[in-house]
Amino acid sequence: MTAKPKLALYWAASCGGCEIAVLAIDEKILEVAAAFDIVLWPVAIDAKVHDIEKMADQSIDVCLFNGSIRNSEQEYMAQLLRRKSKILVAFGSCAHEGCIPGLANLAGREAIFDYVYRRSPSVDNPQGIVPQPEFEAPEGTLHIPVFYDTVKTLDQTVTVDYYVPGCPPEAENIYAIVKAVVAGLGGAPLPPAGTVLGKETTVCDECERTRNEKKIKAFKRTWEMIPNETDCLLEQGLVCCGLATRAGCGALCPKVNSPCIGCHGANAGVEDFGARMMTSLASVIDSNDPAEIRRIIQAGIPDPVGTFYRFSLPRSLLRRGALAGNGRGH
Amino acid sequence: MSDERFEPKIIAFLCNWCSYRAADLAGTARMKYQPNIRTIRVMCSGRVDPSFVLKAFSLGADGVMIAGCHPGECHYLEQNYKAMRRYEMLRHTLLAMGMEDHRLRLQWASAAEGNVLSAAINEMIEQVRALGPLNWPGLWSENGGHQAAIERLPHEHAEALEVSA
Amino acid sequence: MSEKVGVYICHCGSNIAGTVDVVELAKFAGELPGVTVSREYKFMCSSLGQELVAEDIQKQGLTRVVVGACSPHLHEKTFRRACAMAGLNPYLMQMVSLREQVSWVTEDKALALDKAKAMISGGVRRVQLQEELEPTPVPVNPNTLVVGGGVAGIQAALELADAGYPVFMVEREPSIGGHMAQFDKTFPTLDCSACILTPKMSDVGTHDKITLLSYAEVEEVTGFVGNFHVRIRKRARGVDEKDCTGCGICIEKCPRKVVDEVFEAGMGYRKAIYRPFPQAVPKFPVIDRANCTFYERGTCKACEKFCPTNAIRFDQEDSFLDLDIGNIILATGWDLFDARRLSQFGYGRLANVFTNLEFERLCNAAGPTDGKIVLRDGVTEPKSIALVHCVGSRDKTTNPQCSAVCCMAALKFGHLVMEKTQAEVTSFYIDIRAPHKNYEEFYDRLQDEGMHFVRGRVAEVTDAARRPEEEGKLIVQVEDTLVGKQRRLPFDMVVLMSGLQPRADAREVGLRFGISCSMDGWFTERHPKLDPVATMTDGIFIAGVCQGPKDIPDSVAQGAAAASRIQGMIARGTVMIEPVVATIHEENCSGCRICNNLCPFNAIEFLAEKSVSYINAALCKGCGTCVAACPAQAISGAHFNNQQINAEIEGLLYDAVRGNGGAPKPVAVPA
Repeated sequence: MTAKPKLALYWAASCGGCEIAVLAIDEKILEVAAAFDIVLWPVAIDAKVHDIEKMADQSIDVCLFNGSIRNSEQEYMAQLLRRKSKILVAFGSCAHEGCIPGLANLAGREAIFDYVYRRSPSVDNPQGIVPQPEFEAPEGTLHIPVFYDTVKTLDQTVTVDYYVPGCPPEAENIYAIVKAVVAGLGGAPLPPAGTVLGKETTVCDECERTRNEKKIKAFKRTWEMIPNETDCLLEQGLVCCGLATRAGCGALCPKVNSPCIGCHGANAGVEDFGARMMTSLASVIDSNDPAEIRRIIQAGIPDPVGTFYRFSLPRSLLRRGALAGNGRGH
Repeated sequence: MSDERFEPKIIAFLCNWCSYRAADLAGTARMKYQPNIRTIRVMCSGRVDPSFVLKAFSLGADGVMIAGCHPGECHYLEQNYKAMRRYEMLRHTLLAMGMEDHRLRLQWASAAEGNVLSAAINEMIEQVRALGPLNWPGLWSENGGHQAAIERLPHEHAEALEVSA
Repeated sequence: MSEKVGVYICHCGSNIAGTVDVVELAKFAGELPGVTVSREYKFMCSSLGQELVAEDIQKQGLTRVVVGACSPHLHEKTFRRACAMAGLNPYLMQMVSLREQVSWVTEDKALALDKAKAMISGGVRRVQLQEELEPTPVPVNPNTLVVGGGVAGIQAALELADAGYPVFMVEREPSIGGHMAQFDKTFPTLDCSACILTPKMSDVGTHDKITLLSYAEVEEVTGFVGNFHVRIRKRARGVDEKDCTGCGICIEKCPRKVVDEVFEAGMGYRKAIYRPFPQAVPKFPVIDRANCTFYERGTCKACEKFCPTNAIRFDQEDSFLDLDIGNIILATGWDLFDARRLSQFGYGRLANVFTNLEFERLCNAAGPTDGKIVLRDGVTEPKSIALVHCVGSRDKTTNPQCSAVCCMAALKFGHLVMEKTQAEVTSFYIDIRAPHKNYEEFYDRLQDEGMHFVRGRVAEVTDAARRPEEEGKLIVQVEDTLVGKQRRLPFDMVVLMSGLQPRADAREVGLRFGISCSMDGWFTERHPKLDPVATMTDGIFIAGVCQGPKDIPDSVAQGAAAASRIQGMIARGTVMIEPVVATIHEENCSGCRICNNLCPFNAIEFLAEKSVSYINAALCKGCGTCVAACPAQAISGAHFNNQQINAEIEGLLYDAVRGNGGAPKPVAVPA
């Protein structure tokens, strides 16, 4: 019997949603299990990293790597799986862009530890102990991963072959990449390295709402209004990131009357998602008075980083906020 | 170049019709300004994409200036208003990310205002000099220490799992 | 595949080389990735310099050229042409300004070299991503639209029509002639204004190549140079032009008298059905419906009763005309400064304070007083007249500009007063501006004729007498700067030389045609020195005072200049549209419509069936605003695209700190 192709799935700094999303392909998971020999999937099977280390390089055919890189162990695993895999897929928004863990880039290790371990209302830590990467115990020296100041994307760590965007990716797209890889392993041509699975246009293309020219006098928060179901959400005043977000999700959120928040990442060729949102929203503000423009922006978008870089901060051009301790930042 | 004094590097986007001509006029009139500004010619301040500004900061610029025609005098009628709106949005975001205000500057200068532009350039250079180097890419270059942690891991795994004969 | 870049550093004599070490700079450039040839030369713009480039293109197979020299505004065309003649597409050349932007503005030579290196580095990286571009030829429609029937518009129209090209003239008022038709005499020749103007007006009215659309306005303009579509609203005169003979009986019989605020400057009357003045072109009268008894109450109809050819049409409605036009000249003239804004001069409050335009009507033999210079009572002849210069001109609180004509007009008034009356006339001036041919001599003449001059800004015109001699007079309070004293001088009549202002709707009108006004409201010319009649919008020209205050000879010259430009374009038959335009990539466009209202030139339209937006390249001016705004990054801007500008930024910051270290990689040129 010929050996089945090997499949690895790993989670770095993530929420576990991508793992569940894999299961969202429902019974097709059985096809996957039938087609592949799953050699690593910490959430589901009890494989050992050491066994992966002992494999020959490139013996894993495809690795679906979700989660961003924010500590030394995750970085090690990214490097290891890159070495051991023919095809490394950045699976889900965390691996692709940083996603929600990436918002920690508005702080740094010191500030995070200080809050989590000392100042949080529910913490009881009178000695102010924070994790250290190294600890001398009577039994020997203990090591835990080094916690980075800056969250990185997978491709800021190792070379990535393909990206499946989304938080989490849509079931159809997950199934599609699996099928493409299976076909590729069977000799069919694979997409060019670096391809992001999804369309090359933005969510507006998939959204069925009516669109007119945009003239914005105020940005509204989602809790301030219930939008109607027919008109463009931006025209109704809500910040809908569908403008700049890569299509491929079927405009799911606008379909249920909720503005798109951008989990599918930027359109093809775009380096910085937030810049696209900033420029498009700003350009159509209906005012030529600097004071009024400033007021509209400050009142309607009180958290610009959270609004424009909710999923993409580590992937953006500036990657992170300023670090405290140099006179700026948090 | 002085070793003690910090020499900022500032990128300026000048619009072809007004501010670039203002810079030309400053040159023709031999108005001296500090050389820390490096200019890029675009047809209109409306061409300036926020991603250009972010790109400049991400490559180590200490400041960025966007210069265009006075409101109401844009060669393309009203495009500098869009530049103004984008500047406000960009500024709002950059402040939230912890960047100081004076590192991004929106400057109007008509083709006849070589003096205004050169004065603004000098002023901005001094403001940025006082703020110090930005070195934004330095924020994400990690300190050493984790390379050792990474290299240690396979040994720890082996230690934990290999059963000695 | 990488490009072969040739870099040429110009010494520009010592203009660059005196501050920037050009030899060192050329050496630095030669080591940049992609550069195969790097030279420095004394004068790159000379024919030898250009030959240097041409030879390298041909012999060394250069695919890109960077010239580090003066401002591209001076020699970009030169070097583009040099490349084109050597067989390299002209858009594959980039100029880096080392003179205006480096050597001329930097003192420290070492820092100047650093800056020069960065600028060259930016240019070298950018040029490798530039693409071949070709301009597009479009045909030029020989029809010209002239907007405004004042002397500038008239001159333009006649020159084009005499050259054999069709002209459509649109004039807002019922007759052409503009302000010049209101004047009495013109300086310095003292020609009768109407006498020199009406023959030209008549030519316009009878010319077989000119279609005169009076009492009409331009509603909408679309299209681009050589190919405009203009919609004109012909307002309803109430008179059928085919039947009207211009006999004027309707005017005679009309019982309603209305104050003529326009032509008579409020000094006289006209009827509800009227011609602005007897020599009006066209001769057809107009019914002022707001003041006509028929429209108010449904009665009267005297005009209709007495019209021998049954030409009155009370039910006539505005009609529309759609025209295909090649080029447009805006000659829309000026408004008079409203002297009531300067209440210290008493205009509108003190009866015998007049404006210059009112005074013209007084002097004019066809005016409300048959040319007699009299006070408001219509009878009393003034014995002393004051002329106050710079009312609403040279004044930071109202208009800072000089109105160019008022000093000469004041001298003219002085002469007319002394010719027609025994009155003493005094000019109160800041400076006497008499710059043109025979103007200074006219000033001399008026001094000889006995006109009085007081150098000082009038503080106040008042009727509040302080001494018995001042009773019943208008007192001009002024600091006589040549004598060094405050003076109060009594006059019977004061004439305010009100300044010229842009039309109240100039900005709106400009936008309708796609041109802009400067901060002070005059239309913006393409270059104030070298191109005063063209605008930034190809195919739209300006002439006369709408471009800025000027006298009649200059207005005529500008009208002729605009006509001449257009004649050249029509004679060539085609005009080249610059290829620096934006393009929407349909496959990336989601139809979000963010770009749709960002183009003041209406180049962007939404294609509903495809649900994408589309840019008409002929209308696109290449500003790049939509390129920067597109959230999907689906719009690219030729010659200023994202990759080129990003590469330039990378080059400019080649020596900046990078957290991850390392010099920038060579430019990745698309295969």
